[in-house]
Amino acid sequence: MSAAPFDPTAPLTPSGNLRRRRLFSRFAEYGATSAALVAVAVLAIVVYSVAVEGASAISLDFLFEGAPVGIAPELVGTAELVAIATVIAAPIGVLIALYLTEFGDRRAAGPLRTTLDLMNGLPSIIIGLFIFGLIVEATHKQSGFAGSVALAIIMLPIIARGTQEVLLLVPANLREAADALGVSRWRTVLGVILPSAMGGILTATVLAVARAAGETAPLILLDSAFDGSEVSLNPFEAVPNIPTTIFRLSEEASPTGFAQAWGAGLVLLVFIMVSSLCARMLLARTRRRMAAQ
Amino acid sequence: MDRFGDAALYGFCVLAALLAAATLLAIGYQIVHGASPAISKFGLGFVFETKWLPSFGVFGAGTLLFGTLVSSFFALFLGAPIAIAIGLYLSLLAPRGLRAVLSPLVEMLAAIPSVILGFWGILILAPFVQGSIEPWLNDTLGFIPLFGPPQTTGSSIFTASLILTIMVIPIIASISRDLFLAVPRDVQDGASALGATRWEVVRGVVLPSTTSGIVAASLLGLGRALGEAIAVAQVVGAGEAIKASLFETGDTLAARIANQFPGAITEMHKASLFYLGVILLVIGLASNLAAQWIGRRFDYQRMATR
Repeated sequence: MSAAPFDPTAPLTPSGNLRRRRLFSRFAEYGATSAALVAVAVLAIVVYSVAVEGASAISLDFLFEGAPVGIAPELVGTAELVAIATVIAAPIGVLIALYLTEFGDRRAAGPLRTTLDLMNGLPSIIIGLFIFGLIVEATHKQSGFAGSVALAIIMLPIIARGTQEVLLLVPANLREAADALGVSRWRTVLGVILPSAMGGILTATVLAVARAAGETAPLILLDSAFDGSEVSLNPFEAVPNIPTTIFRLSEEASPTGFAQAWGAGLVLLVFIMVSSLCARMLLARTRRRMAAQ
Repeated sequence: MDRFGDAALYGFCVLAALLAAATLLAIGYQIVHGASPAISKFGLGFVFETKWLPSFGVFGAGTLLFGTLVSSFFALFLGAPIAIAIGLYLSLLAPRGLRAVLSPLVEMLAAIPSVILGFWGILILAPFVQGSIEPWLNDTLGFIPLFGPPQTTGSSIFTASLILTIMVIPIIASISRDLFLAVPRDVQDGASALGATRWEVVRGVVLPSTTSGIVAASLLGLGRALGEAIAVAQVVGAGEAIKASLFETGDTLAARIANQFPGAITEMHKASLFYLGVILLVIGLASNLAAQWIGRRFDYQRMATR
């Protein structure tokens, strides 16, 4: 690095460009700090605009009436879609995680993990196209069920990977204790491992729910032709839902529609933020308890 | 009883794993199957054909492929440096208390549904971009064809890129934060002890040892940007031609599917939209596989240094 030959008798003073190097380092620190500030500022601006514009649209009628006044059918419908999707995705996701951690065949685990990662990275519109070909084309109509299956495919890798991470944290001595008592594998899994990992499984599920609740692209193809004037729960017809309503209102470009879209957006955003926060706190608690064991 | 229970649980687990793999294969099959009329009619020329005229039965993905690549790479170009800087701040600079607050906030950015971000983009970001940023860029950098004169609405490839940037940043930031936290402390302390400034520690130790991880994270971000349909459909303006200027309207593969699929009547229109899905699937899987491959190489590297 240094050009001059080393002179051991020279006094230990900073070389000429140290000031410049320190200054550069200082500027780099400022740059990194301001990048973080930019991200937080963008979040604040988006949340602030949705909160301000949405709050003026929200009223009791807005939350409890159907179209054209309110979004009650969409609220109930989104809850139903996500609930059905969770019922489909959660058991399968947990079973996959169990396969990866408890019955892990090393040769199968790698490809399976790759499969989950690829599934997680798939554009959601592709999943919409897939279910359109699989269900809508076969039944000749859009349905809430088709939407739920698409949401389940989106949720599956999130639940499986999240559960797998917690299962890996389950202390080995729990398993060994169960083995020493002669408990069979399936009883160990159901009675010991799953209960102690319950917090983490719940976290992963809530995160997946938060992701699915706002997912719009597949529902545009699978579940967007609904009326929305009253609550309709039949999953084999199109079920009203919030994301496609916001999308439709944003494309229609009318002032009253915009106000409603802000209101619906605020409701959705609050739900998603609250559930992700809960998931995060739940995860922190589970981690602490696992560490204590 | 126990033997049966063990076998049943194992069986269910295998079944679930097979179901996941089968779903992925079925997705590939179904998309190609849906596209097959268009594939057999237009062949590979579809990918570069720039005309898209549903009423004349003429379809081509060229404009959309162009829009997808330009908007995604521009988003990555803007977002990756910011995201890496955020990762550095969160892992090395921020005081502990602040880190615990800021990290979830950055991840919260990823939790905003794309439809809300896109709606915000139409009503708030686009007018601002059209009224302030685009004129300024045109005045100062107008000699570059990319920054042409602003259009009447803020709907443009540029606005779409900004929205995608917002979506890409939290993904890359949280992965790179974890990467930087995993760089052994003693190596960094060693560099400091040799007189390196904080920046030189980052430049000389932290970044070189995490390069492949950062590339993998960026590819994941790219995959997210390529496949985003809704937010882009809302702000990109559904343009029909390839334009040099970023401030003109354009369209992307995913956005075109979201915009036109519900209204597609003819068989060939639908099949062509499926064909767009095939192209999107190929690009998306490629960037994802590349990210995994590079990320795994990184894992080996780290194992070797331990």
